[in-house]
Amino acid sequence: MSFRDLRNLSVDNQVALLFVTLFGVLVLVTVGSFLYTLRDTPDTQSAAAVRFRRELRAVWVGTLLFWLAWISGPVGATLFFGLFSFLALREFITLQHTRRSDHRSLILAFFFVLPVQYAIVATQHFDLFTVFIPVYVFFAIPVVSAMAGDPHRFLERNAKIQWGIVVCVYGLSHAPALLLLDFKGYEGRGAFLLFFLVIVSGAAQLVQEVASRWLRRRPVARHISRSFSVRAWLIGTAVAGVVGALLYWITPFKAGQALALALIAAGCGSLGEFVMKALKRDAGVLHWGNRSGVTGAVGLLDRVAPLCFAAPVFFHSVRWYFKLSL
Amino acid sequence: MSAADLMGLLLSLLARLITGTQGHWKGCPPTAEQRIYFANHQSHFDWVLIWAALPKDLRSQTRPIAAKDYWTSSPFKHWLTREVFNAVYVARTRPQEASGSSTDDQDPLEPLTEALSHGDSLVIFPEGTRSNKGDPQPFKSGLYHLAEQFPQVQLIPTWIDNVQRVMPKGEVVPVPILCTVTFGAPLSLGVEEDKHDFLERARAAVLALRPRTA
Repeated sequence: MSFRDLRNLSVDNQVALLFVTLFGVLVLVTVGSFLYTLRDTPDTQSAAAVRFRRELRAVWVGTLLFWLAWISGPVGATLFFGLFSFLALREFITLQHTRRSDHRSLILAFFFVLPVQYAIVATQHFDLFTVFIPVYVFFAIPVVSAMAGDPHRFLERNAKIQWGIVVCVYGLSHAPALLLLDFKGYEGRGAFLLFFLVIVSGAAQLVQEVASRWLRRRPVARHISRSFSVRAWLIGTAVAGVVGALLYWITPFKAGQALALALIAAGCGSLGEFVMKALKRDAGVLHWGNRSGVTGAVGLLDRVAPLCFAAPVFFHSVRWYFKLSL
Repeated sequence: MSAADLMGLLLSLLARLITGTQGHWKGCPPTAEQRIYFANHQSHFDWVLIWAALPKDLRSQTRPIAAKDYWTSSPFKHWLTREVFNAVYVARTRPQEASGSSTDDQDPLEPLTEALSHGDSLVIFPEGTRSNKGDPQPFKSGLYHLAEQFPQVQLIPTWIDNVQRVMPKGEVVPVPILCTVTFGAPLSLGVEEDKHDFLERARAAVLALRPRTA
């Protein structure tokens, strides 16, 4: 089957093929890792192997949810990412040591801002979607906070809540928005756009990680990350750009455009991850999520952080460059 | 499935969504032995959190203590504590102040000892009241008397972390914040151990489970 045959398939068949391929790869990897555990060597129980199996399980869950979100349409996708947002914001706020007087502002953030933002996405009001949080919520949160009558560290407390909302709600809500974005001649294929973004930023992360181990460069900011170096970041972003260019045929872009947008998305994702690392250092933890020496659990926010930063930049670059209507 | 089971499911789902409710069994495995869990008390949410952190098969035999005057004052509260949580009711004040003279000498711990002799496990908050700032207050002596009467029951110190941020005193809507429940190693009453020493030791055991904040 050639690329041209693929292009001639109906949209639904193309999307179905995407998921069949994804699940096929996952099944192969899972079978492979299962066969590996059957070998009775000591390193099948090593920390790295256990971590790999846990990551694999997380990828399975993520892919299944991605598929469920797709088949359930705009409402399902919105609910799915809304839940992600909720859990991510919960992890973020947990580590920010809010005070008693922040209670009302937090209720506003969790139970009003978050559902409204996702309702706006689901109804595709993209003009309101881009300004609701930066304009209206930005104003509403400090008002509610001031009503609580606690001037102690007022700016700091409000900044924390605003930050949490922008990263976990505003940033992440651009992922379902990509699913619903209307390109001329590309209707109903938003899943590919999101898939493109996830693959590209995932590739950047992976390559950057490997590159930093292999290069052993001096870290840019030792106190934030011992592995982040400019060269590793450049390599990661470049490779992700190539991956994006190779995937141009699943997107509405031409190869050159795909390369540029992949570079933007991947670069932002890795830098966003780096910023989140700084926040974790500030809070004194290694991972988001519930602190636990027992399970060694990695939080949800650790996984979605690159997406939180890459999705808005990607979304707005696409809309600006292709002059898509509001 | 009865309405009470459904309510229980709903509440544990809610607790999970709001707080994550992770149980960390640091000092003992979650087995179906008869136990008294004693914990720090910061919020109305505490009991639900411990209950949701327990494995399902332990929930039915682990019972909370409820103040009789408050938790039987409306049909819903009564139903919730009786049917869903199977609570042990205790009178908060000694009944002599009310009116009766016949119940004058009733031991406030009697409902608890009765539940323990039936083989149930209990969750108690020995501070007696919610402390919303800093360290737990000194423990009331009830724990000591129970330990004395039931030496075969394991005493499990328990620390509930972060829950005061979920629902501070006076608020009704909880804010989603991750909480943990840490169960420590069983404690037992030493031979001829003084009441005061034991209560101090129990309090220190609960405090020792507090996760270190960086």
